[in-house]
Formats: sequence, C-alpha cells, structure tokens
Amino acid sequence: MSLFAIAWKSLRQRWLASTLTSLSVALGVALMVAILIVNSVVDTMFSQTGSGYSLIIGANGSETQLVMSTIYRMDKPIENLPWRYFTEWQEHKWVKQAVPVNLGDTSEEGNFPIVGTTPQYFSIDPVPGQPYRMKYTEGDTFDSTWDAVIGSQVARTNGWTLGSQFKMVHAGQDDHVHDELFTVKGILAPSGTPNDRTVFVHIDGFFMLDGHDKPIEEAISREMNFFDETREEVEERYKADLADIRAHAAEEASGDHAHHHHDHSVSDLQKEVTAILLQLKDDDFGNRALGIQSQVKETLRVQAVRPVGVMKRLMDNLVGNVKDAFLFLTALIIAVSGIGIFVSIYNSMADRRREIAIMRALGARRQTVFAIILCESLLLCLLGGLLGVLLGHGLVFVTSPMIEQKAGLLVDPYAFSPLEWIVLPVMILLAVLTGVLPGVTAYRTDVADGLSH
Amino acid sequence: MSLSLRNVRKSYREPGGHLLPVLNVEQFDLNSGEQAVLLGQSGGGKTTLLNVIAGISTADAGEIRIGGVDLASLPEPARDRFRAERIGFIFQTFHLLPAFSALENVLLGMSFSGQSNKAYARELLTRVGLEQRLDHRPAQLSVGEQQRVSVARALANRPQLMLADEPTASVDVANQELILKLIRETCEENQIALLLVTHSQEVASQFGRVEQLAEFNRAAQG
Repeated sequence: MSLFAIAWKSLRQRWLASTLTSLSVALGVALMVAILIVNSVVDTMFSQTGSGYSLIIGANGSETQLVMSTIYRMDKPIENLPWRYFTEWQEHKWVKQAVPVNLGDTSEEGNFPIVGTTPQYFSIDPVPGQPYRMKYTEGDTFDSTWDAVIGSQVARTNGWTLGSQFKMVHAGQDDHVHDELFTVKGILAPSGTPNDRTVFVHIDGFFMLDGHDKPIEEAISREMNFFDETREEVEERYKADLADIRAHAAEEASGDHAHHHHDHSVSDLQKEVTAILLQLKDDDFGNRALGIQSQVKETLRVQAVRPVGVMKRLMDNLVGNVKDAFLFLTALIIAVSGIGIFVSIYNSMADRRREIAIMRALGARRQTVFAIILCESLLLCLLGGLLGVLLGHGLVFVTSPMIEQKAGLLVDPYAFSPLEWIVLPVMILLAVLTGVLPGVTAYRTDVADGLSH
Repeated sequence: MSLSLRNVRKSYREPGGHLLPVLNVEQFDLNSGEQAVLLGQSGGGKTTLLNVIAGISTADAGEIRIGGVDLASLPEPARDRFRAERIGFIFQTFHLLPAFSALENVLLGMSFSGQSNKAYARELLTRVGLEQRLDHRPAQLSVGEQQRVSVARALANRPQLMLADEPTASVDVANQELILKLIRETCEENQIALLLVTHSQEVASQFGRVEQLAEFNRAAQG
C-alpha cells in the first residue's frame, strides 16, 4: 500500500473537511487561472496587435483615442481627414504602404464595427509574422465595390457565410440604414485580435453610401482650411471633378436623372479618411517614424502616433497595475486557503495521534508518518489545484461571451495561458508549507502514549 | 526466534518530578516457538514490558535480545524495521484503522516492512474466518471479528515473535476462547514464539508456561 493510498484513505475518512479545504484552494486557483488567461489575452491584444504598423495618422486629439478607435475599434473615431491628405502619404518617399481606414458605421445585424478600407489592409501583418489568414476565399476576394471580408466572430454570431449579404447602419443621429448590400467574399480565421469582430468593406462601396460623400461646399471649405489654400486653388485642383458633379446635380434637379444616384464614382474632393495606417520602407531603427512624427507635429490638425508606444504606456500605467492588483489578491486568496489546509490537517492531528501511533507500532518509521501527512497535504493541494484549473477554465468558458460583449475583449473559451503551469509548483510549495508542521507533529508522536489513548 | 531480557529497567517521571520504576526485570527467556503467559494485575507493567520488547519504548537500562539481536543497540529506524519484519503485535483494543477495510488493515501491516502481498493477506483473513468480511471496515465488524483482523494483521509479516497484550480482554466470553485458540494455533503452525500478557487466570490456565509478572518484575514488588 503506497503512502499516497494511505493518505487518501485518511482524507476520505475526513471527507467533509477535506472537500471544503480543497474547494477553498480550488476557488483561489480558479480565480488565478481566469485572471492569467484574461490577462494574457489583454497583453497579447494590447501589446502586439497593431505593432505591424509603423504609424497611425489621424486627426489631432487623444493619441489613445486614435489607437483605440483605429486598431481596437473600442473608442469613437476622432474626426475625418481629406482624402487628398491620404494620397500625399501614398507618395511619401519613406512610405512602403499607406492604408486608409474609414470608421463610424456598424453592421445592421450584430452591430459590429465597419472598416472601409482597401485590399492593401490585409497585406500588412497586424502582428509581425502573423499575416491575415483568410478562412475561405472565392475568386478575387475583396476586389470589387460591394465586396466585404468579415472577422470570424462576426461570421459565427451572425451566421454569415460566403455570399451572405448585409446592410450597414450609418453612424449619426438618425442611425439610418443604408440600402446598399455588401456581399461576404472572405472570412478571416480567428486571430484573437479586434479584427475577429470587424466587418471590412471595400472603400469604393463605402464612399458610395448615402452621406459618405461630403457635400461639395463643405468639402471645398474643409480643403481650404486643411491645406491653407484659397477657394480658387481648390476649385482649380478639382476642376474636372467639380464640372462633372455640378452637371450631375443639374441633371438631378431637372428630373432627367433616371439612374440611381450612387452609380457615379465619388470625387476625391468629397472623400474622407478617418485614419491612415503607415508601413515604412525601412524604419532606420525608428528614426524615420520619429522624423514623420515631428514633421506632422508642426501642423495642429493631425497627429502621427506609434501604436506600440501608446499601448505599452496604457498597459504599463493602467492595465498592468490592475493585473498586479488582481494577482496580489489571488495570491492572498491562495495563501488564505493554504492556512485553511494547515488548520484542517493540524486540527486533525490531535484525533489522529492514535492512528499514527498504530502505524508506528506496526513498524512505520518517523519519516514514513511524516511523509504520509505531507502526502495528505499534497493531495489536498494538487486536487484543489486541478479542480481550480478546471473551474478557472469553466469560468472563462462561461464568461467569455460576456467579457466580449462588455469589454470587447475576445477571450478564447479554450484559451490556455502557459503561466498556468505555475499552479503546479505553487501547489507543491503550498502543500509543503502547510504539511510540514503537522508532519513534524506526526514525526514526534510518542507511540506508547498514542496507543494508550 | 528466542527472546532474552537481562536487567531491563524502565521508569516514568511523575508530574512531581519523581521517578516511578515500572520495570526491573533481572532475567526472562523465551525459546523459539515457545508459548508463555505473563500473569499480572492491572498497572503491573505488562504493557510497558511488551512495548519495551517491541522497541516501541526504550528501556532505561538492560539488554533485550531477540534472535540474538540486541534491540537497544539498534538505531530507531532499524528498530522500526526490525519490529515490522520480525514482531507481531496483538493489542487489547485491536488498534485497527477505522478508514481501512479488514483487508487494507492487514495490507497496511505489510506496507511498513516493504512486502505487500494481497493474496497472503486474503489467505490470513480466510484463516481467521473472515473471508466474507474482507471489505468491511472495523465499524462494520463485531468486536470478535475486529480482534481476528488484528490477529491476521499481526501475522502479516510472518513474524518470529508474537506479542499479545490482553488479547481477549475486550471480547465476549464466546469469542475469548476462539481468539485464544486462533492465536495459539497460528503461532504453533508457524513456529512463532508467543508471549501473552493477561490478568486472567482463566486465560493463563490454558498455557503450559505461566509466569507471574510480580515474581520477576522487582519494580512491581514495590
């Protein structure tokens, strides 16, 4: 009969106390596991997602807001910039790729954020070395005006498949539903990033929606302000476009216009962009990004931020502290459950003097009875730990949809944090700490005295 | 395996600090396979004597030789091992572990000598008439059955010396004879030396060699 079998018998004899103490350990471990998993998701998401972009350029305002809205779609976008500004970046000598991001709308079904962008969006890895993986592709994905690519979570929640069609809700006071239908041409493989819960629509289609083309007079004055140009200069630049637009307006006014007003392409003057993702050709150890940032700083209208820096700051200042506080509380809970185990075993020692004396009389050595007590504490801790890991994952499994809904954090219900392995040494340490003193009591038991009780 | 005691002394310190002599045995011998009874009154040092012989307690002085081995000279772990392998002990109050079944109690006796033989444990329990009670816990057994389990446990490691401390004191009259017969027969079958201590004249009368503890324990003589 092994020492563990003997210890197990003894624990079963005191099943109620054993179960309760093990359960208290389990609860502590469950919390620890849940925190570790959620934390690793937060950590991956905030420290890595977006790190593939050298810079994000957007309207001036809060840096965090720009990153949170552009990369994480968790905040409201700041303001739009003229399309011409985006094209300037496309031609910048240091820029390898400039990708427009238009935000603000949501899908009618599921209320998922919409990103109007170009196919180039998917050519920059959001996390270096982790390119976009399209779960399904069909022909030339995301190449035409009404094409859309959806995140895995969107597909799952809305039950959309390739070929599904959907409408968008215009972000505004009236929450107007656009008539146009986009067609799903691709579904992204789950990535644990905010892209999982995003609907990407082709930017051409995005511009053609009602209200997405800026009224001509507003567009002209915005361009004048933004680029410090006169009206004449702006009108001269868009001379051909303006003539076309005005002719079209006249046609509409006279009632001759038989076609749907969206059939024409939108003039660059009327286009806007919410943010621009930049990938630099060669960042020269970050010097070029810094150069661009200081260059952009000269104007009060825009900002260029490095997403990695902003998120790291946010993680360190806020999320990191919260994590540390949670882990400290969890450690405290585990320590308290450890004390519970200690009290449970130690209290049982008085009743078990006879039991220990019998074993010693049968030839068990002092070290053997010490080891049996240690095995008991080890069993309590390891079983509690195992139960805690299962409970923790159960907790994550049950709460992940709620976390996603409330915090926009995508937690894989089956996620496993490598840090969870720490549970094993922690439980062994706890068992040793709580088992040693009762073990010593067993070790010192006077056999003749114990037998006479 | 023979047992010999020479000038064995043992005292207990009283709460007041005085030493109370309990054992003072000048000489006692038991031959291999021999069966003897020590007859003595309660408080006469019977249990202390058995504990000292088994190495559960240490004597203050003297020599205890079992099969030629001086038990007092052995370090404690070796003494424990010796006890597990060579000595069987039957207690007055059985001392079975309540969480273990009859079979597990016997197996537990084997565990500490490093030999666990389930088939032999079953065989022993069958020998004491408990083949139908293998998985019963002590609380589910009658008093007589419990003592039979403890006899089986004492035999588990094929001891060469059996120490029995008032083995029939806690059982009813019907079982007394049965238990005694069982102990005597199994010791005889296996050539085990048996030293049984009791206060009962009736029990003592069944043995060929009966020693009055008071006669050779000077401490008890006051």
